[in-house]
Amino acid sequence: MTGDHKPGATPIIRMLEEKRTAAQMGGGQKRIDKQHAKGKLTARERIEILLDEGSFEEWDVFVEHRCTDFGMADQKITGDGVVTGYGTINGRLVFVFSQDFTVFGGSLSEAHAEKICKVMDQAMKVGAPVIGLNDSGGARIQEGVASLGGYAEVFQRNVLASGVVPQISLIMGPCAGGAVYSPAMTDFIFMVKDSSYMFVTGPDVVKTVTHEEVTAEELGGAVTHSTRSGVADLALENDVEALLATRRFFNFLPASNREKPPVWPTQDPAEREESSLDSLVPDDPAKPYDMHELITKLADEGDFFEIQPDNARNIVVGFIRLEGSPVGVIANQPMVLAGCLDIASAIKGGRFVRFCDAFNIPILTLVDVPGFMPGTAQEYGGIIKHGAKLLYAYAEATVPKVTLITRKAYGGAYDVMASKHLRGDVNLAWPTAEIAVMGSKGAVEIIFRQDIGDAEKIARRTEEYQQTFANPFIAGSRGYIDDVVLPRQTRARICRSFSMLRKKDLKNPWRKHGNIPL
Amino acid sequence: MFKKILIANRGEIACRVIRTAKKMGIATVAVYSDADRSALHVRMADEAVHIGPAPSAESYLVMDRIVDACKTTGADAVHPGYGFLSENAEFARALEKAGIVFIGPREHAITQMGDKITSKKLAEEASVNTIPGYTDVIEGPDHAVEIAADIGYPVMLKASAGGGGKGMRVVYNDEECRDGFERATNEARSSFGDTRIFAEKFIEQPRHIEIQVMADEHGNVIYLGERECSIQRRHQKVIEEAPSPFLDEKTRKAMGKQAVMLARAVDYRSAGTVEFIVDARRNFYFLEMNTRLQVEHPVTEMITGQDLVEMMIRIANGEKLPLSQQDVSLNGWAIESRVYAEDPFRNFMPSTGRLVRCIPPAASGGDDKHCGEFVRIDTGIEEGSEVSMFYDPMIAKLVTWDTDRDQAIERIGEALDAYYIRCVSHNISFLNAVIAHQRFKAGNLSTNFIAEEYPDAFHPSDVPHDEPALAIVMAAAIHRKVMDRAAELSGQLPSHEKKVGPDWVVIIHPDQHPVTVIPVEGGHEICYQDATYRVISNWQLGQPLVRAEINGKPVCFQIDYTSPRYTLSHRGSEVNTLVVSPHAAGLTRHMIEKVPPDLSRFLLSPMPGLLIRLTVAVGDEIKAGEELAVVEAMKMENSLRATEDVIIAKVLATEGESLIVDQPILEFE
Repeated sequence: MTGDHKPGATPIIRMLEEKRTAAQMGGGQKRIDKQHAKGKLTARERIEILLDEGSFEEWDVFVEHRCTDFGMADQKITGDGVVTGYGTINGRLVFVFSQDFTVFGGSLSEAHAEKICKVMDQAMKVGAPVIGLNDSGGARIQEGVASLGGYAEVFQRNVLASGVVPQISLIMGPCAGGAVYSPAMTDFIFMVKDSSYMFVTGPDVVKTVTHEEVTAEELGGAVTHSTRSGVADLALENDVEALLATRRFFNFLPASNREKPPVWPTQDPAEREESSLDSLVPDDPAKPYDMHELITKLADEGDFFEIQPDNARNIVVGFIRLEGSPVGVIANQPMVLAGCLDIASAIKGGRFVRFCDAFNIPILTLVDVPGFMPGTAQEYGGIIKHGAKLLYAYAEATVPKVTLITRKAYGGAYDVMASKHLRGDVNLAWPTAEIAVMGSKGAVEIIFRQDIGDAEKIARRTEEYQQTFANPFIAGSRGYIDDVVLPRQTRARICRSFSMLRKKDLKNPWRKHGNIPL
Repeated sequence: MFKKILIANRGEIACRVIRTAKKMGIATVAVYSDADRSALHVRMADEAVHIGPAPSAESYLVMDRIVDACKTTGADAVHPGYGFLSENAEFARALEKAGIVFIGPREHAITQMGDKITSKKLAEEASVNTIPGYTDVIEGPDHAVEIAADIGYPVMLKASAGGGGKGMRVVYNDEECRDGFERATNEARSSFGDTRIFAEKFIEQPRHIEIQVMADEHGNVIYLGERECSIQRRHQKVIEEAPSPFLDEKTRKAMGKQAVMLARAVDYRSAGTVEFIVDARRNFYFLEMNTRLQVEHPVTEMITGQDLVEMMIRIANGEKLPLSQQDVSLNGWAIESRVYAEDPFRNFMPSTGRLVRCIPPAASGGDDKHCGEFVRIDTGIEEGSEVSMFYDPMIAKLVTWDTDRDQAIERIGEALDAYYIRCVSHNISFLNAVIAHQRFKAGNLSTNFIAEEYPDAFHPSDVPHDEPALAIVMAAAIHRKVMDRAAELSGQLPSHEKKVGPDWVVIIHPDQHPVTVIPVEGGHEICYQDATYRVISNWQLGQPLVRAEINGKPVCFQIDYTSPRYTLSHRGSEVNTLVVSPHAAGLTRHMIEKVPPDLSRFLLSPMPGLLIRLTVAVGDEIKAGEELAVVEAMKMENSLRATEDVIIAKVLATEGESLIVDQPILEFE
């Protein structure tokens, strides 16, 4: 460590180099090896993959904690368990903090929190996203309430930054107790399978209180949160893949709410025809089809970055590009629960719509929805309020909104899914679209209740209803549909619509904030 | 000439017949079931008639409906294609009665050749070589064992009404003989409604070589060379070629002569195929005669320059054969591979569903001096079509022609590389692996080729590539292009824009291959292991095929980008690559390999099908090789056997249940 200094280096320079070298080693080689043995990278190694090579500017490498209790005065490690600073991803500015599990288990001290707050404050000033890499055992218990205060300082900044700059959390190790609420308030949470977990109370406490036996992985692992709870937006295989995915994801996000999302050139022609889309919707209205096919065939280069692919699969959300510009896609998925809206899908869709709206990302809605999911589980669970979240989000959104009805658009769910009435800018329909209060059979059984015993009559009435409503023309005659488009030409029509909407300017009335049904 | 022809078939063969009819100026009528409402053959035909629900027994096999369809549309002739009613004498009779011409042989020839026992007797009478065997109906399992002992093992048991490998079993001892007899009988019953079984000597290391004959009503019979169809899997032809790399002129002539003799013996008319089995010393024995157009007829067309369908139509119209035997010349080499919706990794189980992506290679015409085409694709489906569970899961026949066998092989390899199908399992990699196989290239074929060379499940990631560097270089070039475009993103920090460096590492787990990638005019120059590769390509991001020249040599890779990895497929081999910076590559070494969940404790259904029998119960101790359950799919009974000694812990499915692929049937202790 000493000896290879340049001749003539002043003691200060020498100290500087020593401190830097010490900081590079975090909690020491032994702990680094342990981290590696678990398949985890160190805080710095993670930043090296996340950011453009050589672009990281580190801040606060000299910060140390100020705790003197429980022997902490002798245990000081430069940087205090979190690496912070800024750098670029594909040349675009981003602020990062990366918790270092090799230093006091990545635990959060007052000083550690201050470092995080500093980059968040700066990100807000310059309007750049913040990415947090979480790998922390929790509060620095030796510091007591100072550590708790630190958390709250971070929470407060998360909230103030919400909707101003994009915030992404990568959970790459433990994240438990109060610590979970910082990621929870960011826009997206990506977790690493098998090496990360998030919960408010851990398996031990769960066992004591509720007598449930559950492993950390089952309680709060990446799979649990990406399939059951919906807390995580993605579950990635390992650290490297999680960081590479984040780089790719970052390419869709604007730097702040003051900017448009980033564009890049593409050679994929907007006029590209996809003749196979003509046969996507099956002849049999009861038969499902995979909405992913439509999304990927519409997208530039077939590239779809799906969010929450394994949670509430009856709605599909994620980012594509059209003519090089990012677009948020929300689509009903007929393959799952016939594409019905339920509590989980309304929450998933609503939150995504709000993110897009907050950050000027245009919204493409692909509709094939037979209605809301019936049942006591849904009603007792509050489908009324949760369903309203999606409705509220769509109604509130002022970004360009293009909607395509591929097949069913029934009942209240039709209204919800970015209909003309919710300020849809361009509402298109395929020839197979059916815009109606409900399916023909159900409608006939209500309108012609007296004929229910007469199967022949009901069949005739159903046919009649089907003829009248099972097409896009009634809605078209009222202007609820702007045009009927051929499936094969959909990409061209949607691209042109968004192009027309590029300078859309729409503002909601001033208010402190709306009161979304939380 | 006929004014209007109805094609009593579906899929590629219906399309193929319609093409010739159109060329001849004859109007066409398609028939279709519920499942084929918007099928390609329906759209190609001038008219289409709906003939019933999806199952073929209720549509394509219902003669009355087809005769009615002829009457309502005024069709004066019917081409039956292959399969369905093509070899049904009753159908030929029904058409005749209705005054409609059947484009095929006369009823008596169909009857005589359609019955394997009768046909063999007829062949013997006509001095055609036949295989030793027992040509009467076997009465039962004991009788089967007795007969087998007379012929000498190995013995093949075959359904009299059989075809396509159904109701067929090869047995090597008495025990297998009993078991095989019962199975063959069951399959014969379910497939053909005819339980008659016969037996014959089973020839080892055999080659399947068949002679195409064509006969008119005026007593002229010619043969149009042979086709070798030795590449088979469970008696289903996979790759066919013409001519055969095995025949000499003398044998070809002798086989042709016998085939013509047999055709004359049954007063044959139209196109027919006399199938022979040929042993290592070029002894040939008559197998059967197919009284229809064969699936693999295109290879004959491509080396003879004849349109067999046109000949069939003209013959049915009473015209004379347009050429005599002396006029028949074989020109160049043609190879056909059958592209199927099936999963080579799951024992070739049929796969069904929507063809979300299907990009066939470009058909390419040859020069007029030759036979017309270099690449021919006979297909009845296209992107967006449904591969239905009701019919044969063939996607296409891909045929290539060139002046010699090596070049025809190279051409079909190229065409398979460019055949991109996704979302339905298919055998393209498998076909390409076979074509690229040294033994295939050497022409050292036998009907056991696949069983011998691919005894286990085939997976393209297990196929070694002749030049592993190509995929590495290709992945590097693609990644550089992806990175360079990402570096064009808007909103970058002025004068701190992203710069993409030349150094990358291509990881093909667990190996790391450092490369340097430099953009050059029209592509990239890549240094890998002291060699330089110039990759010139106009590939654009998102395109599934990368056509490039690597050091001047054209290649076509299929690429699937599932971020962050690229999967590259070429010549039957598939590699999964991850391209990262050298620094990140070093860090990937810390990543722990995830072990996939242990499914060996379960018996999983290898295919979608019906669980027709559970042979075991909870607590049973089962020895390796013993039967656990029988799943029926596509009318085939598939016996699922224990791969090791096991004890049954749980039964997870019930008899009569329809199973999805990978559904657990049993759990072992």
